[in-house]
Amino acid sequence: MNFDDTPQEAEFRATARKWIEANAPKQYEAELSKSSLGRIRLEKEEIVDVGKAWQKKKAEGGWACLHWPKEYGGRGATPIEKVIWQQEEGVYGKLTQPFQIGEGMCGPTVMAFGSEEHKRHYLPKLASGEHIWCQLFSEPAGGSDVAGLRTRAEKQGDNWIVNGQKIWTSGAHYSDYGLLITRTDPNVPKHKGLTMFFLDMKSKGVEVRPIKQANGMQEFNEVYFTDVVIPDSQRLGAVGDGWNVSLTTLMNERMSIGSRLATGVPEMFEFCSNLMLEDGLAIDDPAVRSKLASWAVKSNGLKYTSYRAISSLSKGERPGPENSIGKLVSGMMLQDIAAYAMDLQGAAGALTGADEEMVHGQFQQMLLSSPSMRIAGGTDEILRNIIAERVLGLPGDIRVDKDVPFNKIPTKGR
Amino acid sequence: MNFDFSDDQKQMRDAARKFLAEQCPPKAVREVLDGKAAYDKKLWQGLAEMGFLGVAIPEEFGGAGAGHLELCVIAEEMGRANAPVPFSSTVYLAAEALLLAGSDAQKRKWLPKIASGEAIGTLALFEGKGNPSPKAIKLQASGGTLSGVKKPVPDGAIADFAVVAARTGSSGRDSDISLFLIDLKAGGVEAKSLTNVDPTRGQAELTFKNAKAEPLGAAGEGWSILTQVLDRAAVLLAFEQVGGSDRALEMGRDYALDRIAFGRPIGSFQAVKHILADMYVSATLARSNCYYGAWALSTNASELPEAAAAARISATQAFQHCSKNNIQVHGGMGFTWEFDCHMYYRRANTTALTLGSLSYWEDQLIDRMRKKNAA
Repeated sequence: MNFDDTPQEAEFRATARKWIEANAPKQYEAELSKSSLGRIRLEKEEIVDVGKAWQKKKAEGGWACLHWPKEYGGRGATPIEKVIWQQEEGVYGKLTQPFQIGEGMCGPTVMAFGSEEHKRHYLPKLASGEHIWCQLFSEPAGGSDVAGLRTRAEKQGDNWIVNGQKIWTSGAHYSDYGLLITRTDPNVPKHKGLTMFFLDMKSKGVEVRPIKQANGMQEFNEVYFTDVVIPDSQRLGAVGDGWNVSLTTLMNERMSIGSRLATGVPEMFEFCSNLMLEDGLAIDDPAVRSKLASWAVKSNGLKYTSYRAISSLSKGERPGPENSIGKLVSGMMLQDIAAYAMDLQGAAGALTGADEEMVHGQFQQMLLSSPSMRIAGGTDEILRNIIAERVLGLPGDIRVDKDVPFNKIPTKGR
Repeated sequence: MNFDFSDDQKQMRDAARKFLAEQCPPKAVREVLDGKAAYDKKLWQGLAEMGFLGVAIPEEFGGAGAGHLELCVIAEEMGRANAPVPFSSTVYLAAEALLLAGSDAQKRKWLPKIASGEAIGTLALFEGKGNPSPKAIKLQASGGTLSGVKKPVPDGAIADFAVVAARTGSSGRDSDISLFLIDLKAGGVEAKSLTNVDPTRGQAELTFKNAKAEPLGAAGEGWSILTQVLDRAAVLLAFEQVGGSDRALEMGRDYALDRIAFGRPIGSFQAVKHILADMYVSATLARSNCYYGAWALSTNASELPEAAAAARISATQAFQHCSKNNIQVHGGMGFTWEFDCHMYYRRANTTALTLGSLSYWEDQLIDRMRKKNAA
């Protein structure tokens, strides 16, 4: 056992470090370091603008989407090299937030199902940050049950006419392209009547409306489609094969090893080390220590679980399923930590922003944002189903709608 | 980065698993559970012959001289099999104390006997209720003899020798404590078996009446050595706990696949799936924490105190969580003597206490994290 790089890895790391040292936008380093929870915001500039500049620079240097093939804008790097790059990119990795859905989900789907012409045209611009992509899957009637989606696409000559609504679309308001899954045949069971497309978000009939969230922020959108025309050439995969295509996308979503999931533990440890209670520092209180210790071992457990996956990559092996626990553990932990940090402040724990004197309402903001961590990208419950079925080999749920034509599935509970 | 066991170590794990599956089936564990034997002597000799008892003991002292990573993978299998033998007290506590603080003569006397299965050793630390603390040690040492009572002492009734923590001063400082090595068969020590939650692992009361003992390590260094022994044992025992967690998870999973209720396998119900998924999560977190502990133990890293506490906490939580929920998944059958679920439940909840309880290790972890942050 050791934590050392192989000679090749060390060489790659040194090259990456040198390039970052010479090129990173250092003026944002302090600000980026501070923002460890939730969405990243910069004081004076839009994260998308700063991110685009960094992404462009990386693309010019050959460091964007580096695990992609060179002809599509990548570097042809190995999975372990991608991990090393992420480690070295450090806080500047936070600037890649607007591009993550494109790099992690849309790009790989285009790569797997697009024509060669499309790949050469769209992927390099996605990689360089010139174009931002979003993913148009979830709908009001299909969240966890994505295959229950109702947005219709109907064939008309060489085109498809799309009508319907998507929801929870991150970044739709600044995206140039979208990966869109639609229902093309409602007369067959739900998984069989879906088809995947990509489209220009500036197409006529596309309307993006921001959603005001429970935490008061606006990061997600509703996207409405009214007679939007998509050429058949922008179809990804066969007609009716959209479900399988979407699995490629979602599989890539869960492949992100070494991703930076906040747990709130370092912040909480520091907070308890400084918070004076009636009988002394919070960290000297046995009840506080017990909770802190439990959170710390969970957080460490996640870190070393990712180290195990990285070790597999380093040996050229496929990582095991252990990494599937990351979001499930960290999401719940963030929420619990936030509530407990407020509890320790007594009635003053209700105060937010600058009115909270110790850390400017950091935990209050965390409390209000954390529910989304347990929902977005697979709810806790769906993640448990995935672990139970794919890792432990338990039988799938019995689905009453599986073999029923989509248009015969009941739509109302009572 | 190579944060994994080597192929050779994995082969050793497989060999240990195969050996224990053959030599330590639940039926054999039940012999001890039902009080028909104090421990499984045949298994103990088998472990010696396989070289498992002395795997981390240097060759010059009769061991295999492999190392602590090898001992970790064997510990995992001991936990998985719920082995009813004094492995943890002899190998993690007594042997580690000898390796850390023993004189050459002491090592020559006892380590070869541990490796060959001839001697069972233990650590006599506790004196009634409470967690490890120098203040709690009242047993007096004077003029090379010990007087006082230790309980509970793991495997105390079957042990041939013990490392004993005794008071040699009254300054109120840690340096009041010294360690002694005592041959329990040489007279002056009375051993009484105590009943406990897990009958597959014995507990005893040892009464010392002017019993002759020799110092282990320097006088006044007892507490410092003990802390190191407990850290090393914590990592090793955590691997047993991880092995037990995995086995409890497998038992629950297998039952959920086989058991039909409401016309379907109960494993197809989300309420049951989610219990099992949460068991997988806790077992996985514990395993990863243990790997870090194994690295720190095997390299004598300065991170060992923190890594040991984290492995201990995580593995204690996982084994308790997995063993109780294994019973829950089994329903009523899980609460019968006939099913094996309770053996893991018993082991989980006694292993959780044996080196000091969860709250003790939580305290230790926070102290050690603060120390690191301050440095």
